[in-house]
Amino acid sequence: MSDLRDLYQEVILDHNKRPRNFRVLPQPTHKADGVNPLCGDRISVFLDIEDGVIKDIAFQGAGCAISSASASLMTEALKGKPVKDIEHLFEAFHNVVTTDCECPRGLGKLGVLAGVRDYPSRVKCATLAWHAVRAALEQRKEAVATE
Amino acid sequence: MNAPLALSAAPVAASELDLARIRADFPILRQRVHGKPLVYLDNAASVQKPKAVIDAIGECYGGYYANIHRGVHLLSERSTSAYEGAREKVRAFLNAASVQEIIFTRNATESINLVASSFGSQRIGAGDEIVITGMEHHSNIVPWQLLCERSGATLKVVPFTDAGELILEEYERLLDSGRVKLVAFVHLSNALGTINPVKTLIELAHARGIPVLVDGAQSVPHLAVDVRELDCEFYAFSSHKIYGPSGVGVLYGKKALLEAMPPYQGGGDMIQMVTFEKTEYADLPNKFEAGTPNIAGVIGLGAALDWLNAIGLDAVAAHEHDLLEYATPRLNEIPGLKIMGTARDKAALAAFTMQGIHPHDIGTILDREGVAIRAGHHCAQPVMQRYGVPATARASFAVYNTRDEVDALVAALWKVKELFE
Ligand SMILES: Cc1ncc(COP(=O)(O)O)c(C=O)c1O
Repeated sequence: MSDLRDLYQEVILDHNKRPRNFRVLPQPTHKADGVNPLCGDRISVFLDIEDGVIKDIAFQGAGCAISSASASLMTEALKGKPVKDIEHLFEAFHNVVTTDCECPRGLGKLGVLAGVRDYPSRVKCATLAWHAVRAALEQRKEAVATE
Repeated sequence: MNAPLALSAAPVAASELDLARIRADFPILRQRVHGKPLVYLDNAASVQKPKAVIDAIGECYGGYYANIHRGVHLLSERSTSAYEGAREKVRAFLNAASVQEIIFTRNATESINLVASSFGSQRIGAGDEIVITGMEHHSNIVPWQLLCERSGATLKVVPFTDAGELILEEYERLLDSGRVKLVAFVHLSNALGTINPVKTLIELAHARGIPVLVDGAQSVPHLAVDVRELDCEFYAFSSHKIYGPSGVGVLYGKKALLEAMPPYQGGGDMIQMVTFEKTEYADLPNKFEAGTPNIAGVIGLGAALDWLNAIGLDAVAAHEHDLLEYATPRLNEIPGLKIMGTARDKAALAAFTMQGIHPHDIGTILDREGVAIRAGHHCAQPVMQRYGVPATARASFAVYNTRDEVDALVAALWKVKELFE
């Protein structure tokens, strides 16, 4: 049970139960869907970008606790950030959920997802929302898959 | 934290199997995962292999392996006779009239694709209809969709009730269009556990002169199948779900139909005579077995059938039914847990959701408790759509599972609840 607590930390359970920024943006400048073909989960992300800055970001959809919490935490982390930082943040986050690296300070709360590294089958859940954001920035029309 | 003990303590399992002996046949079951004894309940995805099967494959490669049907030497003769011996075992297992009606493929999926390609291209054209059901595995949907795209035929789908039972009036209504050229349905649903009334479904189709393919991927390991009694035109299954190795499938087809059908693939072994002007095809079943097959795998399937026959499918079915009866009320006691698929005639499988907890999370937590289940859409996304869920968790039982393992499953599910409380 103890090692499961490393994965399902309180913060994750909380964000799963009460996801932040869980809504539709009526007129987003960017949006995209992400699907996890493994389980059929699908989330949509919406961004409002002005002058290269993420003014607002939100998501919708149904997923497991890891993908929901990760999406929720991601929206908190990205709101107000310059668009040019996203790629770098995603890379750092990806490292945290796939390798044994120290969690960089800049990731803040996203670090609670580090437990995912011990559950390789769940990495895709943790990165689904990020893939969707990336697709939104590239203005892709088709839903992006995690593989 | 424990489940409330509203249920009486478990009486000794009602079945007559020597479970300890059966379990001893499966080396893989003797391990711990994440420090807990392995409780393998993902049998509908693929079942574990008894030592007899592992040994048969080893003996083939270690003792007499060679290519079949073409050698003058002793090893080739021995391999050929073991391979063809396995075909006879499959024939007997299904009670088919002739070994010529037993075609070896890679899996159930390929068996269905063979019929869609060969029979389909010959008999199904623009304006025709193919009837399937709403509870099919993707492998009994997509080959027909591809055929429809090629031929201009349309796919019609028989709906089912909330309990997971086909609506027969709707089935008959679809059959009555006068355009249906083939009916294809699953015998035992992998997503719901429903055992369909195949005999009735076949009779209703035959009354209108429509041939029938049955997807038996899930049924053969759990209930006795007699293709002559059923009178279906085609019956497909996979070796890996019936204690045999992966990489081998079976297609049973009525001889007259198979004879009239064009080959599925061209190559070696499926010809009588090749010249550049014209090729004569081999007789059944070779016509449909182009190229070198999975020789050791087929022999392994033969060994699996011997092993299963020695236990007896009736005893298997009784034991698995006992597990289902034992598991269902215990699962239903867990608040928020909902079993999907409650057909009156149901196999030992429980697909379920838990309020507010995603099946993936259930699967991960159970895994850490040593309990292997499947979480996802089970290659039956239309079934998920029917119930409005993205996925379910599924525990599926095999002959080697025990009531203690049901208890381990239930205890682990209570832990899931505790963690997510
Ligand atoms: C009902 C049903 N049909 C067909 C298949 C396909 O079997 P295979 O992947 O071995 O071809 C499965 C496998 O899960 C199944 O459950």
